[in-house]
Amino acid sequence: MDKHPRTYEGKTEIKIEHPDMIICRCEEVTLAQIIEAISEGARTVDEVKRRTRAGMGLCQGRTCSRLVRHLLAQHTGQNFHQIPPMTARVPVRPIALEVLASLEDDTNG
Amino acid sequence: MNHVELAIIGAGPAGLSAAIEAASVGVQTIVFDENQQAGGQLFKQIHKFFGSRAHQAGARGIDIGKNLLGQVAASGAEIKLDTVVWGIFEGNKVGVVTNGRNVICKADRILLATGASENVLAFPGWTLPGVMGAGAIQTMVNVHRVLPGKRVLMIGSGNVGLIVSYQLLQAGAEVVALVEAMDRIGGYAVHASKIKRAGTPILIRHTIKEAVGNGKVEQATIVQLNDNGNVIEGTERTLDVDVICMACGLSPLAELAWLAGCRFTDVAPLGGLLPVHDDNMQTSLPGMYVAGDIAGIEEASTAIEEGRLAGIAIAESLGYLTTTDATVKKQAVNDRSEQLRDGPFGITRREAKETLIRRSLET
Repeated sequence: MDKHPRTYEGKTEIKIEHPDMIICRCEEVTLAQIIEAISEGARTVDEVKRRTRAGMGLCQGRTCSRLVRHLLAQHTGQNFHQIPPMTARVPVRPIALEVLASLEDDTNG
Repeated sequence: MNHVELAIIGAGPAGLSAAIEAASVGVQTIVFDENQQAGGQLFKQIHKFFGSRAHQAGARGIDIGKNLLGQVAASGAEIKLDTVVWGIFEGNKVGVVTNGRNVICKADRILLATGASENVLAFPGWTLPGVMGAGAIQTMVNVHRVLPGKRVLMIGSGNVGLIVSYQLLQAGAEVVALVEAMDRIGGYAVHASKIKRAGTPILIRHTIKEAVGNGKVEQATIVQLNDNGNVIEGTERTLDVDVICMACGLSPLAELAWLAGCRFTDVAPLGGLLPVHDDNMQTSLPGMYVAGDIAGIEEASTAIEEGRLAGIAIAESLGYLTTTDATVKKQAVNDRSEQLRDGPFGITRREAKETLIRRSLET
């Protein structure tokens, strides 16, 4: 059973005073877009990310991930502190693909 | 660099302190840091620290940083700067880009001392130039000696907000107001008194409503909150400011711990979801340790003690310290940490730390 129901009744009740306010600066994702993703059933930061690109820019969610968690808590009733950040993946820092591809691994020899 | 006994990620107060303890008894130690200077945030801290003499109270962060770097040099640990750790893999391997080379380094022990990132507040206008984090302002004012603006609105009354306000005043800016959403000042009274004496009003139960300006911050509207944290309509006030500084707390920078598969738990007073660690600072993964803000948001002085504890425990686990010697050293660290986690500000953190350590024993 899903702990947090996927049906979302609150779409029209959410007071979006500033729908155009940017939440993810890197990808320029607005509050309205995040709220829309939640109203479509997104319940995790990853699910919001896949729908909106929030957190996929240069800072990799270091700025907006917490804001998205707040919005998820606010609009789905989840405990803010228990909402995990987006799934961490390599590379965790922006490095050039050329450098990434030149990997030297001598640790198995 | 294919193999090292101890790889430390992060050359802030926690990472450097661990390096000193471990390398000085013979552990082959490398510290990686993506910055061009070691010391983490210490070199931005031009104010005098609190605590007992054992904690270098009265010393400025910048001097504590210099002192740590001197001890690292004497310990034999190597610091690799401008070096990015981009991944962590099974078998205690880390992916490292250094001097343009991308290599895998296998480490017998890994210490994650990656610190924290700043929290932001989203309000209409928060993406305008002139809205910035307290860390950026400290870098500009205290390191590069650039004043970011003339009239500042500070958001947040924790020690960072109070101290950065005072440093802005010292540097010649006017701090027009400091707003705090809670019903009390978050940081130490002595810091708050200093900025009040300098004429900055500290407005509790107030927040920012919006920032406006043509291409940059020109005005900020602040508003009063009721006891439920809701805006009281009609209490809006508009201030002419060119900088809005956000000092809204920190979150642990824990991607590498998530990536490695450390078990996490929610300990709100220390910053939320944290990798569990035992009383040796070891995570749920054998051989992987944490220290400093990644193990719970506290202060530079506690980060130093946690780093030392991790360094001692790692040296012991590798056979460089006898259990007897390690126990004596750990006790000294724990006694000092206990002093730091004392008083009305410290006791919550101490209890939260105890919870975190207790949960590491659960399966």
